[in-house]
Amino acid sequence: MSLGTQTGGPAGLQTFPRLLFHHAETRGAAPAIREKDLGIWQTWTWAEVAENVRAIACGLAELGFKRGDRLAIVGDNRPRLYWSVTACQCLGGIPVLLYQDAVAEEMAFVLRDAEIRFAVVEDQEQVDKMLEILPQAPFLERVVYDDPRGLRHYTQTLLAGLDELVEMGRIHDRNHGDFLNAEIERGSSDDISVILYTSGTTGNPKGVCQTHGAFIAAARGGIQFDRLTDREDILSYLPMAWVGDHLFSYAQAMVAGFTINCPESVETVMTDLREIGPTYYFAPPRIFENLLTTVMIRMEDAGWLKRALFKHFMDVARRSGAEILDGKGAPLGDRLQYGLGNLLVYGPLKNVLGMSRIRVAYTAGAAIGPDLFRFYRSIGINLKQLYGQTETCAYVCLQPDGEIKLDSVGKPAPFVEVKLADNGEILVKGPMLLKGYYKRPDATAESLDEEGYFLTGDAGFFDADGHLKIIDRAKDVGKLNDGSMFAPNYIENKLKFFPHIKEAVAFGTGYDFVTAFINIELEAVGNWAERRGFAYSGYADLAQQAGVYDLLREGIEKVNADLAADPMMSSSQIQRFLILHKELDADDGELTRTRKVRRKFIAERYGTLIAALYGGQDSQYIETEVKYEDGRRGKIAATLRIQDVKTFSRQDARKAA
Amino acid sequence: MARKIGDVILDLKNVSLRFGGVKALTEVSFDVREHEIRAIIGPNGAGKSSMLNVINGVYTPQEGQIVLRGERFTKMSPYQAARRGIARTFQSLALFKGMSALDNIMAGRTLHMKSNLLAQALRWPSAWKEELAHRARVEEIIDFLEIQHIRKTPVGRLPYGLQKRVDLGRALALEPEILLLDEPMAGMNLEEKQDMCRFILDVNDQFGATVVLIEHDMGVVMDISDRVVVLDYGKKIGDGAPDEVRRNEQVISAYLGVGHS
Repeated sequence: MSLGTQTGGPAGLQTFPRLLFHHAETRGAAPAIREKDLGIWQTWTWAEVAENVRAIACGLAELGFKRGDRLAIVGDNRPRLYWSVTACQCLGGIPVLLYQDAVAEEMAFVLRDAEIRFAVVEDQEQVDKMLEILPQAPFLERVVYDDPRGLRHYTQTLLAGLDELVEMGRIHDRNHGDFLNAEIERGSSDDISVILYTSGTTGNPKGVCQTHGAFIAAARGGIQFDRLTDREDILSYLPMAWVGDHLFSYAQAMVAGFTINCPESVETVMTDLREIGPTYYFAPPRIFENLLTTVMIRMEDAGWLKRALFKHFMDVARRSGAEILDGKGAPLGDRLQYGLGNLLVYGPLKNVLGMSRIRVAYTAGAAIGPDLFRFYRSIGINLKQLYGQTETCAYVCLQPDGEIKLDSVGKPAPFVEVKLADNGEILVKGPMLLKGYYKRPDATAESLDEEGYFLTGDAGFFDADGHLKIIDRAKDVGKLNDGSMFAPNYIENKLKFFPHIKEAVAFGTGYDFVTAFINIELEAVGNWAERRGFAYSGYADLAQQAGVYDLLREGIEKVNADLAADPMMSSSQIQRFLILHKELDADDGELTRTRKVRRKFIAERYGTLIAALYGGQDSQYIETEVKYEDGRRGKIAATLRIQDVKTFSRQDARKAA
Repeated sequence: MARKIGDVILDLKNVSLRFGGVKALTEVSFDVREHEIRAIIGPNGAGKSSMLNVINGVYTPQEGQIVLRGERFTKMSPYQAARRGIARTFQSLALFKGMSALDNIMAGRTLHMKSNLLAQALRWPSAWKEELAHRARVEEIIDFLEIQHIRKTPVGRLPYGLQKRVDLGRALALEPEILLLDEPMAGMNLEEKQDMCRFILDVNDQFGATVVLIEHDMGVVMDISDRVVVLDYGKKIGDGAPDEVRRNEQVISAYLGVGHS
């Protein structure tokens, strides 16, 4: 297989244990992992890591762990838990990483499903959880804990301390020096290296089996793409059970040989970030947003001079920062000002954020707001987006340096082939694909087509520059009556980027044009109304004010202009909308508990409103039953305005841009 | 429980304390055994805090004796108490508000510092080395109490529950044999109370400290203590294991009022 040698790297280094021992031999004194403990960053070199991994592996073997056994690993990002992953792989076992905040029931399911006999857990909290689910986990034989605190009086015989296990392993390794080497030799790149469970929106979670070859290929591709070296520093703070952490903190670190840093505790992550100053960083949009909010609040409290400087230079950055970062042309004046701003504002700001040394930062998982994205890029942080699933080692598309677009996820990554099905679904193929779902051949067959492409379930399209745009879940995508594609989530997300809009529901499948329900963000719109001296008595009243409708219409028109610029989307412009008189609420069944819109339910419940939107009325009376928090039921009634919105042709959109 | 409760290490005999005409404590006697968790409970104004203040030498009782590990005292100064391994926390916190949590706990190490002020100010090598050793000890306490994230935060900016934890950390820094806790759970929500309970049990278990605590919340007391003393109007009205005390008629009436059954 030509791809194999290309993606797998030098012969002989096709499993993670071999990579580890290779680093230990060739650059044993280089730092492999750090952890802040008792206030000090402790460092382990690659040689020390290899020694520890050997000991844990031999200790596990001594407990009776055999080739092919699954090892559950549960806890925060701790060095010894990462080492347990490799130790397990040394023996030809399969690590099963579990979310540390999973409730006992979820854990019980996985322990049963993967027939897990051995578990390595972080601390008393996890031990208690294991003991609680013991009756429902018939295969569980031994639970090894990392931190003995609070466990002195536990007498259960299935418990063992990792300290004792390591000691036992060292003795075993001294007596049978060849044992582990032989075990490592037997491993091959087609062996399953890890099982990661995906939550799945329906039914029980499924165990995604990935091979050494898949993760090593994904890691190698990413390293090559972003030119990562063995000198990168990364903060490992996202759950180990999440595919992204396994790719960045485990696979890429093992392949490239860079250093991972484990924070002191969940609460200290931001301080630890500043102390480490990573060069390579990943965070979900939520974290970038929180950081920015903190900065903005502190700026409000700063003296007038600082505030003025900040405002001035942030304007410069907004104008030209992103272009300067991408090496595109910017006016000379702005370049000079940006240089000065770097000294006075951006540099110190990046330092406060712990981002001074960042070369590459990624975000994914949810849509990131354009202002947020632009802010970080404009102060010189190379923030990019990526796209991938657990089934693809979180590795499908990456944004190349200098070709950053807000609404795309970039180009197919090295070794990855992406194509689109007729319904717009994104299909991918490459060495990083899953081997299968654990014990679920039915699900495996469903997710791969006959040519071996993985069905992502997402719908998208390529833009003129070959960048992939994700628009929606494939099953939500419908068609307007004229046959053009209608992707409700895509439109709703665009709407929700406006601070005045909290929730939006777009309709269009089976109709001639697109309409939308809007929920206003009470705080933002309330503030806006107060500043203008509009009186209102409550949510429903505020929502129906003509001024508020005008405010939102302007916002929606901007979205329309944006949609018009895109040939695939221009027929999805919103032609009419109304503002709902109540907030969509999970208690009323309108949202899921994770705040996702339940489209069908809403369409049925508010059928009269939809009829009015398409029937051309300019207002509609509605009565709705609501559930109060104390469980009582009541009815609220209102007459809702309906308003038309301007739409744009492609030419208009070009002119506007 | 594997924790071994040992001999009596602190014995209070017929202690009476008056402030002018007000009798705060009248002939109270009880003992504390090594490694146990001993609770003092009672309604408001029963003399609980006075009792604690007598033990650590803030008040000198007019009558009675304190026997600490066989040594008799009729009066003891707070400094002597600290030298003899008695540390305490306060109901109304007594922390340095402007100093960080770390520095506050460091302050609790004072008694263990050998180098003099001048050597410390000049960062003499020996003083420097000593400081590092103390810092390491303090870091263990910070780790133990899970307050790494507020290490450098000025204590005045912390929420009450965390201040209480820092207060406990400062007392632990003394490496006490007897730890006096004055209403460690007052003003806390349920979760904070549960956390604090766990810390008290762990302190007792891992540091081997004997704990004497005053508490209002009966549920908490009954759950974690080995023996309970009940005070009412400065007099002892009950003494024994939580279950015995719970059944004691006098205690029930003091807490619930008479005629409720």
